[in-house]
Amino acid sequence: MSAQGATADVLAPFAVSRRRRRRDRFARWSVAAATLIAIVPLALILYYLLRRGLGAISWSFFTTDPTGNTFFGSSSIGGIKSAILGTIEIVAIASLIAIPVGVAVALWLVEYGQRSRAAHGVRLFVDILTGVPTIIFGLFIYILLVVGTGYAGYKGSLALALLMLPIVVRSAEVALELVPSALRESALALGAPRWRTIASVTLPTALPGLLTGVLLAVARAAGETAPLLFTAGSTMKTNFDPNTFMNSLPVQIYNDVISPTPAVEQRAWGAALTLVVMILLLNLFARLVARRSAVG
Amino acid sequence: MPAPDRPAAGAATAPAPVTPGERGGGAAVVDAHSVRTEDLRAFYGESEQLKGIDVEFAANEVTAIIGPSGCGKSTLVRCVNRMHEEIPGARAEGRVLLDGLDLYGDGVDVVAVRRAIGMVFQRPNPFPTMSVYDNVAAGLRLTGRRRESTDAAVEQALRDAGLWSEVSSRLDVSATELSGGQQQRLCIARSLAVGPRVLLMDEPCSALDPIATLKIEELIGELKASVTIAIVTHNMQQAARVADRTAFMLDGELVEVGLTGQIFTNPTDPRTEEYVTGKFG
Repeated sequence: MSAQGATADVLAPFAVSRRRRRRDRFARWSVAAATLIAIVPLALILYYLLRRGLGAISWSFFTTDPTGNTFFGSSSIGGIKSAILGTIEIVAIASLIAIPVGVAVALWLVEYGQRSRAAHGVRLFVDILTGVPTIIFGLFIYILLVVGTGYAGYKGSLALALLMLPIVVRSAEVALELVPSALRESALALGAPRWRTIASVTLPTALPGLLTGVLLAVARAAGETAPLLFTAGSTMKTNFDPNTFMNSLPVQIYNDVISPTPAVEQRAWGAALTLVVMILLLNLFARLVARRSAVG
Repeated sequence: MPAPDRPAAGAATAPAPVTPGERGGGAAVVDAHSVRTEDLRAFYGESEQLKGIDVEFAANEVTAIIGPSGCGKSTLVRCVNRMHEEIPGARAEGRVLLDGLDLYGDGVDVVAVRRAIGMVFQRPNPFPTMSVYDNVAAGLRLTGRRRESTDAAVEQALRDAGLWSEVSSRLDVSATELSGGQQQRLCIARSLAVGPRVLLMDEPCSALDPIATLKIEELIGELKASVTIAIVTHNMQQAARVADRTAFMLDGELVEVGLTGQIFTNPTDPRTEEYVTGKFG
């Protein structure tokens, strides 16, 4: 008992003071409030999307092309089929270009360039590219390819690929940097050539991280309007030929939202909701794949 | 630490022990492979980590390399299979001879060097995305060998590494599910699958518990019949247990090399004596 008393005396000076308790509470509440403030707009966006967009959703909304008959009743304006399929195709082509090139650049930076001057130059360049407003990519492709020949889906894909490239490079670089150098070393020490080490050890180990970064880029590209406006153009009919005009969700939303007809405006909300859900699904899918490959 | 008064247990089976006190050279055993370094210097940027090392890893013997942290033990073995140069800014000068052939000579393929001289690292580092089987097979596949007879080669390598009985029923589980000691023996199997002539071990037991360590040490005793082994170790008892010869390094220089019993009981250099008796390091 006396020993206990003595211990209490010794510990007393270390008791948490009231002032510190107050400060701690204040800091906790501030952080919680900041989190709340950040979430509110996100929740509002989702709320408005659902409230205004759900009304537009029906089976025919997904299975018919827009008709252009915007002066008549809502039944005849058509859906967004061409926009959904167009977005999928344009983004897929962009991904086919940007992902291999982006991962290759990241591989070069991590495995070969490392801290060389050339690598610093490439990193700087990629960083600058990340900050370029997306309309500039559209403008670049417009001047390079569209002027004189006209809009085409693949030109939209090229503009999107340019936009995706820096995102893929930087995220893939981080993922590859995280591969323990001990793994690389043990493969090299076995007498594996460098390319085989990269293909069989480095890339599979980095796969979950690579997927996350690639997905981020795909989601970014799928939601971009500016680079598509004057590269892929817009059209009403479903069209799989990337050499011709192609519709896409962002451009359809852009065109619809400025329409005076309420039904067409609602279609914009429906298309926006569709786009968000598509990106969400892609996200979930990639997370699933990443988790599975990480465990395996 | 008291020095053992007899040579390592493994030494009993060693082929023809060489004259005590002999340093460097020594006749190569027929159909066996030895490594010799001549004036080997290694640099990280401007700093010289190895200051002219002349040492031999005699054929079918275990050579232990001891010395305090930062003395260049690891750098020495990493120079032997040319892994040192993988570090940005690192380079090596001098000669490393495998059976008389200079591994730093013109036209020598680094990849071929590393197939002939395997390496086991400090921390067990199996490939985490691969199964037990694939880890061993990686030793073959990564080096571009054909797939036929892989099964047999994998089994043989696992047997040689003393791991077969423990993993034969779960070859398809992820390598990361094995214990640390098993992972390290898996890494040894992976190296053996390539068919090296020399095996370099860089503190292979420092991340393992005493029982796992014992198994690796027993394995080293068995393996030296077929490969020449150089082992870097912090643990002087370990050197005494496994090595036929021991080399003592200090500040990038080779102080002394000789039969293990002699290094621990009757070293020529006072610095060696101070180190093995625990006065520093």
